[in-house]
Amino acid sequence: MSLADQSVSPSARPLVKLSNIRKSFGSVEVLKGVDMAVQEGQVVAMIGRSGSGKSTLLRSINGLERIDDGVIEVDGECVDPSQIDLRALRLKVGMVFQQFNLFPHLTAGENVMLALKVVKKQDKAACRAAAEAALSKVGLGHKFDAYPSQLSGGQQQRVAIARSLAMAPKVLLCDEITSALDPELVNEVLSVVRQLAEEGMTLLLVTHEMRFAREVCDSLVFMHGGRIIEQGPPAELFDRPQTPELAQFVGMVEAR
Amino acid sequence: MAYRFDFSSLADYTPVLVQGVATTVGLTLIGGVLGVGIGIAGAAARSSGNAPLRFAVGSYVELIRNTPFLVQLFFIFFGLPSMGVRLPEWQAAVLAMVINLGAYATEIIRAGIDATPKGQIEAGASLGMTGPQIFRYIILGPAMGKIWPALTSQIIIVMLGSSVCSQIAVDELSFAANFIQSRNFRPFEVYFLATALYLALAVALRWVLARLGDRMFRGGARV
Repeated sequence: MSLADQSVSPSARPLVKLSNIRKSFGSVEVLKGVDMAVQEGQVVAMIGRSGSGKSTLLRSINGLERIDDGVIEVDGECVDPSQIDLRALRLKVGMVFQQFNLFPHLTAGENVMLALKVVKKQDKAACRAAAEAALSKVGLGHKFDAYPSQLSGGQQQRVAIARSLAMAPKVLLCDEITSALDPELVNEVLSVVRQLAEEGMTLLLVTHEMRFAREVCDSLVFMHGGRIIEQGPPAELFDRPQTPELAQFVGMVEAR
Repeated sequence: MAYRFDFSSLADYTPVLVQGVATTVGLTLIGGVLGVGIGIAGAAARSSGNAPLRFAVGSYVELIRNTPFLVQLFFIFFGLPSMGVRLPEWQAAVLAMVINLGAYATEIIRAGIDATPKGQIEAGASLGMTGPQIFRYIILGPAMGKIWPALTSQIIIVMLGSSVCSQIAVDELSFAANFIQSRNFRPFEVYFLATALYLALAVALRWVLARLGDRMFRGGARV
């Protein structure tokens, strides 16, 4: 079954389209020709064991990993292995990281405003308004002047989400964004992601939160050994895995 | 030992001493600002992807760090005129100090840049920022905050090292002291006072730089 024609008319052009993506680190091939398409408004989670290539695939979509072969297309911006100018692509693709990666010398508000100022060249008032709106959206409007060191992990990650959202990306990539959080802080971040999904944001997640993936995602992509070996609606993948690899993975995560 | 201390004999030379202190402060101010500027540029170059540039800056740093300041000064003041570059004493002294501090500052600042978590650079890149923008807005501030105490010490070393410039007749504090003791034959009193003045200048400079660091790199020092 193909990911591209679920719940959306087949004629719609995918927002994100990956064709034959290959990537090696030294002699180890971590992506062995991956094809994938994500429609606008879809929420897709990539699952699989560590080392299966899911994070590398996600990071290649905004050019943080240079691909060796294949084509990445996001909303008409095409990137091939030459990767000459990634900036146009990166304006359409936001990214949230496992380690938050806030700028420690800037307040929450300044973190959000920086790229609006220097990349989008917006004036001061517009930057401030956009930053306040983005922080309010993640429930942190009152933390505008707090430094990252004064915030909890969950709050820092929500600021990081606000920082990406303020740039108005077409698609948001989330790379294990709850993996570095204490268990009691995971939900405040996931509820923000859930809210974004409900509002129709196109989301691509690498996650180990299987219950969340099952509840929120339109589609799951199971990666194994650098390939996508199963994809489809969460219920289908979890309840009727077609491959022994997925069956084993599902058994593993459900045993936890 | 029946030596009678006589500091009153220094009073006549107050203008010379004041001039000496002023020159030392002036040399340090200009040398410090330009030297740190070169250090930032040098550190950026050494962290860049341009291999020939990295090599050129690396050679400069090693050349300066492995030769004595006095020889560098003599080379500029006595050596360069053979190539047709004739600088007045004061300018030769500033140039030598800037080149010297620039090399040390390059290494110190580079250490701060290397300590930048890779994820912050990736975060900047994924927001669409260019390499120079990432350097200026994300890397530089926290890097300077981290290495500011080390850089402060280096600036003070350069200020104290400016005494060497007396050797090419720049009228800084050591030159003033040498001049006075050759007139009043009171070397103990003169050098005692010069030592006290250098100490006071160093303490004051350290205080000023600490305040400056707090103001400029507020968040950076906290991480």
